[in-house]
Amino acid sequence: MPRRISEYVIEACIRMSGLVVIIFVVSIFLFLLKDSFSLFDGYKIRDFLFGKSWLPISEPPKFGVVPLLLGSLYVTFGAIVICVPLGVGSAMFIAEVAPSHLKHVLKSLVEILAAIPSVVLGFIGIVWLGPFLRNHLHLSTGMCGLTGSLLLAFMALPTVISISEDALIGVPRAFKEAAFGLGATRWQALWRIVLPSASSGIIAAVMLGIGRVIGETMVVMMVTGNSPVIPKSLLQPLRTLTATIAGEMGETVAGSEHYFALFAVGLVLFIITFIINFIADACLRRARK
Amino acid sequence: MKAKTRQQIAFTILGLTTLLVVAPIVLTIAYVVKNGAGAITWDFLTEPPRNGMKQGGIFPAIVGTVILIIGTMLFSLPLGILSAIYLVEYAKDNLFTRLIKLSVVNLSGIPSIVYGLFGFTLFVVFLRFGTSILAGSLTLAIMSLPVIITATKEALESVPASFREISLSLGASRWQTVRYCVLPYAIPGILTGTVLSLSRAAGETAPILFTAAAFYLPRLPHSVFDQVMALPYHLYITATQVPNMPDKLKFATGIVLIALVFLMNLVSIILRAHYRKKKQW
Repeated sequence: MPRRISEYVIEACIRMSGLVVIIFVVSIFLFLLKDSFSLFDGYKIRDFLFGKSWLPISEPPKFGVVPLLLGSLYVTFGAIVICVPLGVGSAMFIAEVAPSHLKHVLKSLVEILAAIPSVVLGFIGIVWLGPFLRNHLHLSTGMCGLTGSLLLAFMALPTVISISEDALIGVPRAFKEAAFGLGATRWQALWRIVLPSASSGIIAAVMLGIGRVIGETMVVMMVTGNSPVIPKSLLQPLRTLTATIAGEMGETVAGSEHYFALFAVGLVLFIITFIINFIADACLRRARK
Repeated sequence: MKAKTRQQIAFTILGLTTLLVVAPIVLTIAYVVKNGAGAITWDFLTEPPRNGMKQGGIFPAIVGTVILIIGTMLFSLPLGILSAIYLVEYAKDNLFTRLIKLSVVNLSGIPSIVYGLFGFTLFVVFLRFGTSILAGSLTLAIMSLPVIITATKEALESVPASFREISLSLGASRWQTVRYCVLPYAIPGILTGTVLSLSRAAGETAPILFTAAAFYLPRLPHSVFDQVMALPYHLYITATQVPNMPDKLKFATGIVLIALVFLMNLVSIILRAHYRKKKQW
């Protein structure tokens, strides 16, 4: 019975591919783990996690992840502070205030932003935003944390806007109608009823925005100045976890201590984004209930 | 009325916030187009770079990116669609299913540079593919999987349950039901999501940084084990590592990259609109 056989084959493939997805995640984790632990054969894990300097080609080399971690946190913090009010505000406008034809235009514009490759934004940071900030804030260089934060905030906007908007729209109509019935204005209903009801979804939007920002590579590598020192402010050059991997991987020898150190940095990044996504997913699930 | 005035003020602020978001989007596109449009000529699109990239075109980078997208599609499309079919049509609510769902969520959150690291250690070093089209496509394919799975899942779930019930009640097997009564109606959603995720892959630089991209390779690749130039990587290196190159060539590369990504987005929008018109339930 050839049909039975072909059906058996295709159903086996379907089941297999489900398994393959799990295998990918596990093997990404295991490969990062394996190569990271090769570093800790000769290098103390304490010196990696708490070391205050990243000097991979000095003698002896130092692989302290603290400056890179702080670099990532500074840039991410800056980006989120800029991005969240703008993103949630526009989501409120798009979901509740804008008339429907304007809504379509605004949503397509946000989709256009989501489609612009990050390397293009990084390039604009180099040729325009960096020099602009240097001249207007009188900095010694425009290639600094702030330039990165601004561009990353811009990049994370589509994520924050679209997920917040979904959360706002998902609030049952009855909530709003009850508020109107009690004499509330549209703004009062939006601010006091709809926004608090959508809070889980909005928190998820913020978490996913953070995940997007902390994992972004090209923009920060191109515009933040690539200086692996512990940053004191966003106005000086710094370097993130992602930019370190991208910038140094090409110069290392496969199997060297430096090479393994970059995998350890990757593992740190993997764990951070895993936690962030886990929280975001939990929030989204709560929002759906 | 005081409440009315407050509403007026609040809505104005929200409107201004939105303007602050969308104006830079328009300005960004306009800025790139204004500075680069003059450099886009037939030669720029069809010639390899010359004279240390200071002259000539970006033809090998365009071809390289197209090849990488096709390679990515070949790997991620079957795998993504089949896993989504499993999740929607076959899976029972057990630990295995929950693990798959968790994995999809997790994959979608992994930073692109970590995919690059993984692709490098697994495909380039461990499996000895070298820095190649194959390694780059596989890396991009794994990165695109979660989006394809999510889009396919949504498309399958939007097909009414009654379609399946009728087919099963007429004695069709589960696969026959999926093949003839579910998939045909889910195709538009699947295509839309797939093209969108591939357009994202086309613009990515970090995953191909050490798995596929060549700094300068004026000839076209001969096999899947060759390196390729790629548009995003080309823009990156010319922006950061090639001094004295006229800016308008870099802007022009940016325009071509944006145009390619937009074109793919447009295809997905047209597909969606086309099939929506034919939808009969």
